[in-house]
Amino acid sequence: MVLIEARSLRVDRRLADVSLSLAQGEMLGVIGPNGSGKSTLLHSLAGLLKTEGDLRLEGECLRSMPARQRARRIGLMPQAAEVSWSLRVQDVVAMGRLPWLDQDSHAIRQAMTAAGVLELAGRKVDELSGGEQARVWLARVLAGQPCLLLADEPIAQLDLHYQCSVMDVLRDYAHRGHGVILAIHDLSLAARYCDSLCLLQAGRVRSQGRAQDVLEAPVLSDVFGIDIHVDLSFDPPIVVPK
Amino acid sequence: MARLTSPLFAILLAVVAVLSLYVGSSQVSPWVGLSDWLSGRETAEAMIIGDIRLPRTLLAMAVGAALGLSGAALQGLLRNPLADPGLIGASQGAALGAAAVFYFGLFPGAGHVAIALAGLAGAGLALLMMLVLAGSARPAMVIMAGLAISTLTGAALATVLNFAPNPYAMQELVFWLLGSVSERGLDHLTLLVPALLLGGLLVWQQRHLLAGLSLGEQVAESLGLSVNRGSRLVVLGVALLVGASVSVAGSIGFVGLLVPHLVRPLVGHRPDRILLPSALVGASLVCLADICVRLMPPGRELKLGVLTSVIGAPLFIWLVWRDAKRWY
Repeated sequence: MVLIEARSLRVDRRLADVSLSLAQGEMLGVIGPNGSGKSTLLHSLAGLLKTEGDLRLEGECLRSMPARQRARRIGLMPQAAEVSWSLRVQDVVAMGRLPWLDQDSHAIRQAMTAAGVLELAGRKVDELSGGEQARVWLARVLAGQPCLLLADEPIAQLDLHYQCSVMDVLRDYAHRGHGVILAIHDLSLAARYCDSLCLLQAGRVRSQGRAQDVLEAPVLSDVFGIDIHVDLSFDPPIVVPK
Repeated sequence: MARLTSPLFAILLAVVAVLSLYVGSSQVSPWVGLSDWLSGRETAEAMIIGDIRLPRTLLAMAVGAALGLSGAALQGLLRNPLADPGLIGASQGAALGAAAVFYFGLFPGAGHVAIALAGLAGAGLALLMMLVLAGSARPAMVIMAGLAISTLTGAALATVLNFAPNPYAMQELVFWLLGSVSERGLDHLTLLVPALLLGGLLVWQQRHLLAGLSLGEQVAESLGLSVNRGSRLVVLGVALLVGASVSVAGSIGFVGLLVPHLVRPLVGHRPDRILLPSALVGASLVCLADICVRLMPPGRELKLGVLTSVIGAPLFIWLVWRDAKRWY
């Protein structure tokens, strides 16, 4: 079943004629150089930007959907996370329930367990390490139990352990009947974890499909302006600059 | 503990309110006075409690609640612990409106509530100018526009003081600005209570927005909250609360700034859970401060606004020092 579908999506001069779709149970990685439109695409899919073109969530027009309904079905984990007050982890995670106007303790506990932050529940979030905070932001989105989870560079600034830990959680969430779209810079991890990829260049889709269709060395070298070595036969796959 | 905060503060407020009815220059039983006043008997007790202490107590509570709530809402909205209700220009607008009554005799038919009416009009005008100038509800723009309007109304007030027709008029205005809930009646409450209810309702309805904003505007929007519309409603609610309280009681310093700082650690720093306790603590503090004013030796009256500033400033310094220690 198609979860979200975008046709000829345009946003000012930042996105042009982007078309993509994501099926239930899949994880889609959006890749591309800085400024290629990854964050703009994710924010458009979250319904936060004025867009042109057709955008449908489970067949329903996303633009005509009330904000709260949309927020219940789409969760966004932004790139730049901030917290203004010295909030406890459990309170931050509970904010994921704001669209539902409840404090579903089962959903909150389940999200904290999935993200591995249950033991941090009573700690102040501003006293945690970057890796721990990233898992808290993820737990906050998971607590809303959205059918589509959008994560904007969720593993940026994380060490190798936390990168794999967050990617595992995202993939597991997708494979349990939801959908995940994430913007990601690490092409090796993208190849390893994502079911499909969408390569953006200057606001347009350069290629999309399975990893072996998208991660072609000549294409990547052209898009990123640097020679890139690709070996998808290796486990885990290797995509690194030469 | 967080769940018990509001009930405990409500009990504290009830105790302070009863204490406030007891304290005064005459020894009067508040229960006898209240009973006489309610049954329409014209006894001395009824007059002292019903016409003097009850309005004064209720006014102090309403003003404190308005200031505490507006401080909590504004700090949550602007995500800045230094945000003060005076920041959006409503206090200065109200003061200018009151000054206009002293000098130009506005609202002559309104009697002694003319000052409050003009203050409310001044606060409303200042708010309108601020919202037009700010253009959006972004924290930086609200702070800058509020500062600009505060400066403008402050300059206008200074001009009015400069050209005061006589020193008595100036003295009267300055004393009024120092803040007090004495010599006011229940008719002042008819101005303050609707503003408190409406402003409080506007702020309360946006409590989810205040919670969401603590994770940033982008997250708040993604949670289905309307940041622009909601922020404007919070600013409107705060202006109503502050404008009405300044109009009725003059300038009562530090309550709006300090109370949220006192309450925040008790509610886990959540901006949505701080609202009601802040209103209750604000009401208790102002009422308590007014009791202290009444306990001062007779002679020259210490103004309520002066006392809250004298107590509030060192307390605020202590809070800043305590927070600063966390970073050493």
